Amino acid sequence: MNQVGTASMEDLDSRATQALAEIDKTDTLDALDALRVSLLGKSGVVTAALKTLGTLSPDERKARGAEVNRLKERLNDALTVRKQALEQAELDRRLASEKLDISMPGRNGERGGIHPITRALERIAAIFARLGYQRADGPEIEDDWHNFEALNFPPHHPARAMHDTFYFGDGRLLRTHTSPVQIRSMKDRQPPIRIIAPGKVYRSDSDQTHSPMFHQIEGLLVDETSSFADLKGTLAEFIRAFFERDFEMRFRPSYFPFTEPSAEVDIRWDAEDGSTRWLEVLGCGMVHPNVLKNCGIDPERYTGFAFGLGVERFAMLRYGVSDLRAFFENDLRFLKQFA
Amino acid sequence: MKFSENWLRELVEIKADRAALAHALTMAGLEVEALTPLGENLGGVVVAEIVGAEKHPEADRLQVCKVNAGSGELLQIVCGAPNARIGIKVPLATVGASLPGDITIKAAKLRGVESFGMLCSAKELGIDSDASGLLELPLDAPVGQPLATYLALPDASIELKLTPNRPDCLGLVGLAHDVAALFGSHVKAAAQVDAAVTSSARRGIRLQAGKDAPRYLGRIIEGIDPAARTPLWLAERLRRAGLRPISAVVDVTNYVMLELGQPLHAFDNGTLEGDIVVRHARDGEVLKLLDGSEAKLDSGFVLIADDNKALAVAGVMGGYDSRVTDATHNIFLESAHFAPAAIMGRARKLGMHTDASHRFERGVDPELPRRALERATELLLAIAGGKAGPVLAAENLADLPKPAMVCLRRARLKRVLGVDVADTEVARIFTALGMRVEGTSEGWRVTAPTSRFDIELEEDLIEEVARIYGYDRIPTHTPEGALALATEPEARLNELAVREQLAAREYYEAVNLAFVSHGTLETWGFTEQLVPLANPLSTDLAVMRPSLLPGLIEALSHNRARQQERVRLFELGRVFMAGNPPVETPSLAIVASGNARAEQWGEASRPLDFFDLKGDLDALVTWGGEPQRWAVHRDSLPAWLHPGRAARVTRDGETVGYVGALHPRLAKALDLGPDVHVLELALEPLLGRRLPKAQPVSRFPTVRRDIAVDVPEQVSWSQIEQAIRGSLGVTLAELRLFDRYSGKGVEAGRKSLAMGLILQDASRTLTDEDADRCVQNAVSALGAACEAKLRG
Repeated sequence: MNQVGTASMEDLDSRATQALAEIDKTDTLDALDALRVSLLGKSGVVTAALKTLGTLSPDERKARGAEVNRLKERLNDALTVRKQALEQAELDRRLASEKLDISMPGRNGERGGIHPITRALERIAAIFARLGYQRADGPEIEDDWHNFEALNFPPHHPARAMHDTFYFGDGRLLRTHTSPVQIRSMKDRQPPIRIIAPGKVYRSDSDQTHSPMFHQIEGLLVDETSSFADLKGTLAEFIRAFFERDFEMRFRPSYFPFTEPSAEVDIRWDAEDGSTRWLEVLGCGMVHPNVLKNCGIDPERYTGFAFGLGVERFAMLRYGVSDLRAFFENDLRFLKQFA
Repeated sequence: MKFSENWLRELVEIKADRAALAHALTMAGLEVEALTPLGENLGGVVVAEIVGAEKHPEADRLQVCKVNAGSGELLQIVCGAPNARIGIKVPLATVGASLPGDITIKAAKLRGVESFGMLCSAKELGIDSDASGLLELPLDAPVGQPLATYLALPDASIELKLTPNRPDCLGLVGLAHDVAALFGSHVKAAAQVDAAVTSSARRGIRLQAGKDAPRYLGRIIEGIDPAARTPLWLAERLRRAGLRPISAVVDVTNYVMLELGQPLHAFDNGTLEGDIVVRHARDGEVLKLLDGSEAKLDSGFVLIADDNKALAVAGVMGGYDSRVTDATHNIFLESAHFAPAAIMGRARKLGMHTDASHRFERGVDPELPRRALERATELLLAIAGGKAGPVLAAENLADLPKPAMVCLRRARLKRVLGVDVADTEVARIFTALGMRVEGTSEGWRVTAPTSRFDIELEEDLIEEVARIYGYDRIPTHTPEGALALATEPEARLNELAVREQLAAREYYEAVNLAFVSHGTLETWGFTEQLVPLANPLSTDLAVMRPSLLPGLIEALSHNRARQQERVRLFELGRVFMAGNPPVETPSLAIVASGNARAEQWGEASRPLDFFDLKGDLDALVTWGGEPQRWAVHRDSLPAWLHPGRAARVTRDGETVGYVGALHPRLAKALDLGPDVHVLELALEPLLGRRLPKAQPVSRFPTVRRDIAVDVPEQVSWSQIEQAIRGSLGVTLAELRLFDRYSGKGVEAGRKSLAMGLILQDASRTLTDEDADRCVQNAVSALGAACEAKLRG
């Protein structure tokens, strides 16, 4: 028995050495599994060795058993290590085979875009919204009263000549400015009023620097305390917020029938060639008392200011557009620059 | 208003250089639009006389001149000017002189002939744009005198862009008052010189136009020399004001208008018969004007007439037949006041704009006519001789504008401007502007000069204080006051969000003019309820657009003509329909052409079709959260849509727009292919949005059953959907259509639809039997409603 046991032990050892070498050589998971079965399976070598333990004396059995178990553990460990290595190799192979050319363009990633006028207009409106100005609107086909008379333009007044007006023959006209929205808003409600009125306006004038349709934003504030100093402060803050920088600014006396005192606002603009020049960007003024009265607001109790700006001008300055007509050609090569 | 800087400086002391003057004017609301320096650098340029001129031996176009420049010896100058000839006086740039543009004159040989200097044109001297020949000076110009001295140079032409409220600055004396206020100086007012009356020639004047013409002055001047030459200084001032010298009489009237602001008119006295009658024109009355045009008048015009005929349109233009000619020896000089309201718009009605109408419609000082008449007489007698008759005047004092007296409250001034202006400064400003000021307990009582038509209200005075005090000196301040938080209704999408969503769906926003041509509309078949302009810029821009699509399709074509096949554009804007008032409907439109997807490597491309645009519609509609209120219909399509590939869109049964392919006939007319699809919707219904009301989510799993049915071709998907939903109620969690088939295996005139029913119950897990029962219910409902047959 002893003989057998010893010899078996030696056999086992050499078998184990051989097995370990085989494990290392096995290069597929299937072969490795087969090897595991042949070594540790029900009819495997190690299992067979364990089965022979019953023929030994208790002492021998104990010593021998421990040895077989150590062997079993060694084989197990070797199998596990090999298995992990093979799995890793297989994963690596798979990953390598699944590699994409990620430099290729993605699918359906195209986007359109909003028009630069809308973009500038919304930016302006959003700035004033943060100051509590609500959006207001009115018709584009206006009557003479809202577009002119209520705004203190008497019939035939030379100030009307500054507005080349489109008419419809029934007394109606295309609004020449967004200022009529002031009238509509003030007739609608009592102060305090803070409104912003963006929209299309029309003048019968068309050349390189004039479009017969363009966009204006009218602002109006009426309350019990507003002054020309407030107007200056509001517009200075707006210019800074819109352009995200400080400008030298000047308020120049001007004339609009519906405001008094009136001003035009210039900013000191840097040209591409490094020179600077004054550039008119806004018209504004204190709401004329006649206009307040026309809207049923008591000019003794309330004062207000109004301002109007051309959206195209702001879009041109902000985005470096040099030709006004580009806005209305809708050339995709132009539009795509603002996406 | 354009004028000579030197002239202004003669009228008022200006303690500032040219740049500071220009800045001060601009900052006082008298915007300097252009500033042109004249004769900047004329050292070494003198008055010279050509005393000899011979043809250059080597060059046909050159002459060899002998020139007397007062230096004692004659200079030889080679000159190519066509008007170089013996006897004329011209500017000579002597050797060493430097001319504008960094040109230094050197002795030189021109084609072998020596030349010691250069005879100059006005352009070469930088005093005018005329380069056609030598600047010919008056024959009495002193030889040898520096040209700058002789022409009062350097000078500058200053052009102001005056606002309509400041007619007082349309004369230099009025402007001088503002300048005096700005610089704290005084106007050097020339006293009115009354001409000696040496003739008794007179003519009656009858005022018959009431308030429109309350003052009319005139005088006869006999025996003037029609050939009299306008003196250089006066001609130069006119030129620097942008006016060409014409004749002594015309030049003098223009000069006085520039100086004082009062338009004058001279008639040939020999053409007048009887009295001057100032009256309204009769409807249909016709008068040939100075410029040769025929003015067709009506009773809105004031006319200057005599006993027998019309002579001139008051405040606008004189008549042709009574004009002063180069044979006129006796003139009748008019200096009148016409009310602005009587002149406003009248010139425009005649299609003209004159210096006179420009001033009268804005308002000319009613106290000016006499002064202007005397000033013109003074100048004319000095220049052209003649004998002045007495000043003839007719006036209705009651109808003349009165100087306005306006009160300004100290507290109001501060409230409106947001700054304290010292009392003394306020008083100084008003006084300097020629206003009479009295102190009151609350502020000031101010009487404006009669030249200031713009002073009527307290605000007018506040503006004057602000203007002269300086807008720059008013502080900046941020408005105070309670900030009412504006409420934004959540149950409404905003337009920007719609735009952004379309941008995310690969559309670019376009902005088109709101005008279209009748021709385009006819092509499209928009012929009814149009809103045409009465005065369009052109026939291309004649009608307010009744739809955004013609413009958008034009933009699409513009891009396709530039190698862009796949074009996707949208626009938000109003469309217009006749009505009282006209109806403006904010609308949204989409146009698309080319392939459904941008060309790429990973997927086969396919042309855009109806369902791509319908998908856009679905996306827009779904966003509002109530797609069940929307439906599409194939009936009642407009003529511009393909009858089989387009749909009418309704919301709550009301038509709100259309989607589909263009009608092939229209597409052909527009040179477009079948890939062009469009969508147009009224914007308002799209912006409606449901405020969500959350329902509990079922904890139980869903069961899916797929069925395929065949139904007659004309059965719509929404009918099928309705039938299934009706039969399954809340148990139907979702219905997915995943196939549509017709052809082999399906009876002709029928189609097969395959769909997945996703079933779920809120309180329990559905069993197979439950699911089978659902399918049976759905199928029998489909059979009843849509003649559907379940397919194997």
